[in-house]
Amino acid sequence: MSKYTEDDLREELKTKEYEYGFYTDIESDTIPIGLTEDVVRTISLKKEEPQWMTDWRLEAFRIWKKMEEPDWANVNYDKPDFQAISYYSAPSNKPKYNSIDEVDPELLATFEKLGISLDEQKKLSGVAMDVVVDSVSVATTFKKTLSEKGIIFCSISEAIKEHPQLVKKYLGSVVPRTDNFYAALNSAVFSDGSFCYIPKGVRCPMELSTYFRINQAGTGQFERTLVIADKESYVSYLEGCTAPSRDENQLHAAVVELIALDDAEIKYSTVQNWFPGNAEGKGGVFNFVTKRGICETRAKISWTQVETGSAVTWKYPSCILKGDYSVGEFYSIAVTNNFQQADTGTKMIHLGKHTKSTIISKGISAGKSQNSYRGLVHVSSRADHARNFSQCDSLLMGNECGAHTFPYIEAKNNNAKIEHEATTSKIGEDQIFYCNQRGIDTEKAIALIVNGFSKEVLNKLPMEFAVEAQKLLEISLEGSVG
Amino acid sequence: MLKIKDLHASIDDKDILRGINLEINAGEVHAIMGPNGSGKSTLASVISGHEDYDVSQGSIELEGESLEDLSAEERAHKGVFLSFQYPVEIPGVSVTNFVKTAINESRKGRGLEDMPANEMLQKIREKSELLKIDRKFLSRSLNDGFSGGEKKRNEIFQMAMLEPKLAILDETDSGLDIDALRIVADGVNTLKNKENAVIVITHYQRLLEYIVPDFVHVLYNGRIVKSGGKELALELEAKGYDWIKSDVIA
Repeated sequence: MSKYTEDDLREELKTKEYEYGFYTDIESDTIPIGLTEDVVRTISLKKEEPQWMTDWRLEAFRIWKKMEEPDWANVNYDKPDFQAISYYSAPSNKPKYNSIDEVDPELLATFEKLGISLDEQKKLSGVAMDVVVDSVSVATTFKKTLSEKGIIFCSISEAIKEHPQLVKKYLGSVVPRTDNFYAALNSAVFSDGSFCYIPKGVRCPMELSTYFRINQAGTGQFERTLVIADKESYVSYLEGCTAPSRDENQLHAAVVELIALDDAEIKYSTVQNWFPGNAEGKGGVFNFVTKRGICETRAKISWTQVETGSAVTWKYPSCILKGDYSVGEFYSIAVTNNFQQADTGTKMIHLGKHTKSTIISKGISAGKSQNSYRGLVHVSSRADHARNFSQCDSLLMGNECGAHTFPYIEAKNNNAKIEHEATTSKIGEDQIFYCNQRGIDTEKAIALIVNGFSKEVLNKLPMEFAVEAQKLLEISLEGSVG
Repeated sequence: MLKIKDLHASIDDKDILRGINLEINAGEVHAIMGPNGSGKSTLASVISGHEDYDVSQGSIELEGESLEDLSAEERAHKGVFLSFQYPVEIPGVSVTNFVKTAINESRKGRGLEDMPANEMLQKIREKSELLKIDRKFLSRSLNDGFSGGEKKRNEIFQMAMLEPKLAILDETDSGLDIDALRIVADGVNTLKNKENAVIVITHYQRLLEYIVPDFVHVLYNGRIVKSGGKELALELEAKGYDWIKSDVIA
């Protein structure tokens, strides 16, 4: 953190527009719009999948057809036309890269713009990275270093072919196909995503990272992530997302499943910066994501998220605390500006004895946006001595935005201990003037106040992500105070 | 250094300042006294560029340059500092981080590079010792849960760090016990030199025993109705503001 200067921040601030809003002209292989059994088969065929996978997808598709889109969230939008979306788009120079040199130069230029120089990443940062553009994983760095430890980090497509036993055993085990509308849809059409397995007793020596990007117009992105931490292992996983600026709404419906076996720990961090739509509320990504992890005995899962993008967000990273003494954590910063809407939070399901969960949620609303926290703490009858602490803070800017909190508590055990704290505050003109008087301009003052407000969560992020997240907070709130 | 001519200012169409004239030279300390509602804090806000106030007439010049078109932060970059009567809280932002940001933003405003980290640390150490500030205090959130005395000491600490040309101390003595008052006054006296100037806004004469003014002005109803040396403060203390009020009417 010490290397990062306030200057860098200020430079970033000058970029008024959504800075990832470029489109890369790469030839791509996009299938016609619409969703039928045949489309599902085509996707599976294009990905050269085994029959069991094709069947798994088809079953998901049948389940999805019988389901209805949920409408209980505190968001308003025109429902996507699921028959108007193309469910598969891949940079066509695929399918296989053995080294980075084989990647389409245009695509490499895209990474440069995103601030990911894969080469540099390889050498300097010690972050192993999987990059998913549109639907296909294009590069996984560091594979060799990891494989020496027995760690598997690859695209999910590759895992289906190379590690079918693991995929068969765990895919859909935490988020079943029947779970919800978008999870079923994702199960039918997911095109790629990342897979990670940490063997017993191994501590993953570097941060694993996936970068998602939607590039093609009229496509949806449905990635699937599966992380398995075997007994006594540890992994920290990062995910980042961007998309070009477009007038239409793009659909992103991902599923992430985490499995932490006995004594394992998974730290999963997200910086989500999908295109939020323009200042008039046109365009932007619909971010409908299901993320859930399961903890066996004494295992721990930590979700940390910084959500600044997307027009509509519907997302509840959750923990099933199945094993005794297992721990679940959720740290979230959700920023909404202009016409963005976010309904996000978590579910902590306490099943084992002495299970513990912590929820820290920071919502920042500006412009005409709506920001909701929705969280469930469930304590089952056999979860003796379960404990939860929740804290939900909202920060409002201006008079036209909204902050909402929907906490649900279901305690079926008398000795559960559940605490919930909530605050709402507003950035005051007196705070701004105080900063101005000290030579700090208004934009910078807001950044300072927002960063202070979000500090508890920012501190939970791995360092390189914390810096990026801080910058994002500033950019997202550009011009939010007149 | 500071030249205020026939300054008129209002807020929400309510006239508060009705023709202030004031001239302050480098190296001087001026005290501004007056009853509640006479416009003391408004004068401080207007000099520092608070946008809620409309200046309808008159001018403010700092070192020969008009402040009229400058924002609050630009005035700060030029060396105007206001020690607030009620310093605001900024949770999650440490005193150190805030001061560091303020210094570097001001330097940037003057076209200078950021202050090197070691120089910053050195300066923080030096100034916190001067004001007898515990180092732990510096990592606390700005004014969050501070006592009245801590808040005021923190204001003077920021002043020490920013080294302004013109420091306005707005009711710095309110909420201070006698020990804290002495520490704050010592700090101000140490920072005072031939290059800078201080305006002390106060209700009571007490603070002026420690920060001795060269001139005392009495503000009443938006005008300076009486000016004099430090003995004027004593006279006011003895006779009360009613004396001034009747004087003005007479």
